[in-house]
Amino acid sequence: MKIAISANMNTIEAQFSQRFGRCDFFILIDSETRAWEAFHNPAASARGGAGPQAVQFIADKGSEAIISGRYGPSAFTALEAAGIKAYLAEDGTVNEVLDKFLADELESTTAATGPELHGRG
Amino acid sequence: MIIAVASGKGGTGKTTVAASLATALAEMGKPVSFLDCDVEAPNAHLFLGAVFDQRRDVDMLIPQVDESLCTGCGRCAEVCEFHAIVVLGGKPLVFSELCHGCGSCTLECPEKAISEIPKTLGILESGPGGAQINFARGLLNVGEPMAVPVISQLKKWQVPSPEEILILDSPPGTSCLVVESMRGADFVILVTEPTPFGLHDLKLAVQLTEELGLPAGVIVNRDGVGDTKVDDFCQEAGLPILMRIPLERKIGAGIAAGQPLTEIYPSYGDRFRQMFQQLEGILADRKAER
Ligand code: SF4
Ligand code: SF4
Repeated sequence: MKIAISANMNTIEAQFSQRFGRCDFFILIDSETRAWEAFHNPAASARGGAGPQAVQFIADKGSEAIISGRYGPSAFTALEAAGIKAYLAEDGTVNEVLDKFLADELESTTAATGPELHGRG
Repeated sequence: MIIAVASGKGGTGKTTVAASLATALAEMGKPVSFLDCDVEAPNAHLFLGAVFDQRRDVDMLIPQVDESLCTGCGRCAEVCEFHAIVVLGGKPLVFSELCHGCGSCTLECPEKAISEIPKTLGILESGPGGAQINFARGLLNVGEPMAVPVISQLKKWQVPSPEEILILDSPPGTSCLVVESMRGADFVILVTEPTPFGLHDLKLAVQLTEELGLPAGVIVNRDGVGDTKVDDFCQEAGLPILMRIPLERKIGAGIAAGQPLTEIYPSYGDRFRQMFQQLEGILADRKAER
């Protein structure tokens, strides 16, 4: 399964980020092989609609699950529509978060966990 | 003449000034219109005793996808600058609260699968205020982020006649909402306080009027509370100080009770009328310079 994890930097040792829509990077990981790839989040500097845009991005990359912290209402609606399961983590590096996920220690969420952030020009 | 009354931050007495100016001019028989453009928290009607007798919705067209025609090609998501439409699992999903109603997705859909449906953003209301003022306001729906169209439609709805004086009560701050409210104004009155915070926000507001190429002047409210830095700044920037309103118990209490200054002290009627003449003079000079 392909998992996306929100991160502050572009490596597997980067700090995990609680921000979803506006995190700087997504690390995409194959849960069987632990092979990973880092992508700059195109929604990081979006004026508005960062959540849906980020979901579109990780969905297009084939993610089936996401691990982050705060999902806004729009982001959550989009994740549901895309059939991407949303997991919650607290802190640590991306690698550590992945270990917790593989050990089945992370909870998934069935509702938004953060406020809607609207950009305004 | 169109005069916008603005302030770099809330709570400076901007609405009090706008309502007092409108009242002072209407009292001398001038035709005055007043638009409350602070659509997120309009309160000028309280100062002007307006009674609304006309109402209309502010609608914006948002996309609606006919799934039987959609092939999931993703073109709509690509062209949406605001990421208000995304295509997930082959199905488009519209986020109406992010949509700016630009129509690009409808235009670009190769299958003509998108049609447009109206969404109500807020309402416009108008009616007579005290002293024969023609009053109107926009009111944004609670939780609705798209405020600019409410202001632009309010202004389109109430176009002043050439001899009319139109007072625009701008929202506080320096956002795109303020820009929208100032658009088309002949003069901007900036209301501030003589404090470091007041000065900071005044500078931002002045920057905005300069970017828009609008002449501006300053009214110092709660004069006497702070220092002289606002005065120094105005002098350097070549901004006229149009009026000083002292910090006074009676004025504060009157404002809290929704009274314009002209009601608290009738002498303010003359002060505002003199200020208006000063504005006319400034604008005439500017015209002559061109
Ligand atoms: S552009 Fe039209 S056909 Fe393509 S995904 Fe969007 S709605 Fe469907
Ligand atoms: S109308 Fe414009 S802003 Fe709204 S979804 Fe379509 S492209 Fe995006």
